[in-house]
Amino acid sequence: MEPILEVKGLSIAFQQYDAGTRQRRLPVIRDLSLSIGAGQVVAVVGSSGSGKSLLAHGILGILPYNAAMEGEIRYDGELLTPERVEALRGREIVLVPQGVTYLDPLMKVGPQIRRGKRSPEARAKSRSVLERYGLGAETEELYPFELSGGMARRVLISTAVMETPRLVIADEPTPGLDARAAGRILGHFREIADAGAGMLLITHDLELALTIADRVVVFYAGETVEEADAADFAAGRLRHPYTRALWRALPQNGFMPIPGAQPYPGEIAGGCLFAPRCPHCHPACRAAVPYREADGGRVRCLYPEEGGTP
Amino acid sequence: MSLEAKNLSFRYRRGQPPVLQAVNLTVHPGERVGLRGPSGRGKTTLCKLLAGYERPGNGQVLLDGRPLSGFRGCCPVQLIGQHPETAVDPLLRLGDTLYEAGPVEEEVLEALHIAPAWLDRYPTELSGGELQRFCIARALRPETRFLLCDEITAMLDLVTQAQIWEFLLDVASRRDLGLLIVSHQSLLLEKLCTRIEQLDV
Repeated sequence: MEPILEVKGLSIAFQQYDAGTRQRRLPVIRDLSLSIGAGQVVAVVGSSGSGKSLLAHGILGILPYNAAMEGEIRYDGELLTPERVEALRGREIVLVPQGVTYLDPLMKVGPQIRRGKRSPEARAKSRSVLERYGLGAETEELYPFELSGGMARRVLISTAVMETPRLVIADEPTPGLDARAAGRILGHFREIADAGAGMLLITHDLELALTIADRVVVFYAGETVEEADAADFAAGRLRHPYTRALWRALPQNGFMPIPGAQPYPGEIAGGCLFAPRCPHCHPACRAAVPYREADGGRVRCLYPEEGGTP
Repeated sequence: MSLEAKNLSFRYRRGQPPVLQAVNLTVHPGERVGLRGPSGRGKTTLCKLLAGYERPGNGQVLLDGRPLSGFRGCCPVQLIGQHPETAVDPLLRLGDTLYEAGPVEEEVLEALHIAPAWLDRYPTELSGGELQRFCIARALRPETRFLLCDEITAMLDLVTQAQIWEFLLDVASRRDLGLLIVSHQSLLLEKLCTRIEQLDV
């Protein structure tokens, strides 16, 4: 199957002022690869500060001016150039952003999701989209500050499906929602994917991700450390020690923490970034570790078979 | 010494329906009380009232039988919030924020994995999970008797979440703190709490 989106060796770095006029380069995402097919939900799971949102902004070409991106992004088999993404975003490639702050605070919901279009077709379309997400006609007359957290999420999804998207990128769509509301929102995403779109779900909530995702990509300190089938988690077929640590930290799976913290982008040495926290670290792990195919998935670990229980 | 909400009612704006109406809740030292309820039911508002951030329209917050508002100095009831990035001064280095209210034990910093280098950073340079560690360290004053934990790990990855709770449960049992834990995650509450209450209108 031809993937809708293919990201190969993506790196994003920030140019920062250190002291005075001295500048430094802060690499936040390194060597990231993933692909999404039609009808597929791919979840990107990782801790806060691991660079997940930047991936979304990188694909959409909306990184801040001091960011530099390297690597290859292909959409529909062709390179996604800045010109191309500008033409496609908001139409074929849409973002469901992280928070209500992405809505225009001075514009009512209705005109906002119609993007100013006043035609009867646009009105009918916005009406039906809002209805699909359980929002009545009165919602169109509200300003963003009058929406509850759950309503705002649904409005954000509505803005994304006004056209017929082929690639939906959702950035942390569920925090602050109770389990039922979050489940409903993820259900909407599954529907969008089942209608043929590719879906990139960015989240820190592994449990929710596993309820709808086909594939899960795990991020650690700006690197992809594993790509697995959603079913691999419950089946105990995980490859990377960090992914196993995430799984075992679920309250129902033992609630077991591992010591230490993720390294800060400026403090990254060569070699495996997880090595300082890894129970099975070998001397060879101090050198560069490639991201390679393993057992139906991908892993950035030299000794995935040694995972077991630490 | 116990923390008691007596018949609390609260509304944000006059003429609007109350967020909380006649809510009663007691937390004893050493207890870990879970609080759940759908979004928008006033869980955070209840925490703010219990910690003295807001005053109730009706009812009382009592600590050891005395109104909480009568306590002077460091409040024995400390609230740790859901959005650490809004709970620290963006213009202060985190070391200054941390020590603003007085010294913090070295062991607390170690147990929370706060790297010494973070003390020189500004809040925008750290992630939410890293900032939350500062908020927790800051709330653990010697005077603290009760901790209100309002979705304090909702934004964190699972490993960090488990790490932070392992530490907090340990501190709470050593110091006989009473905990009120707000979360949407039922499994988390069942794991952590000695008792779970449902907040419904």
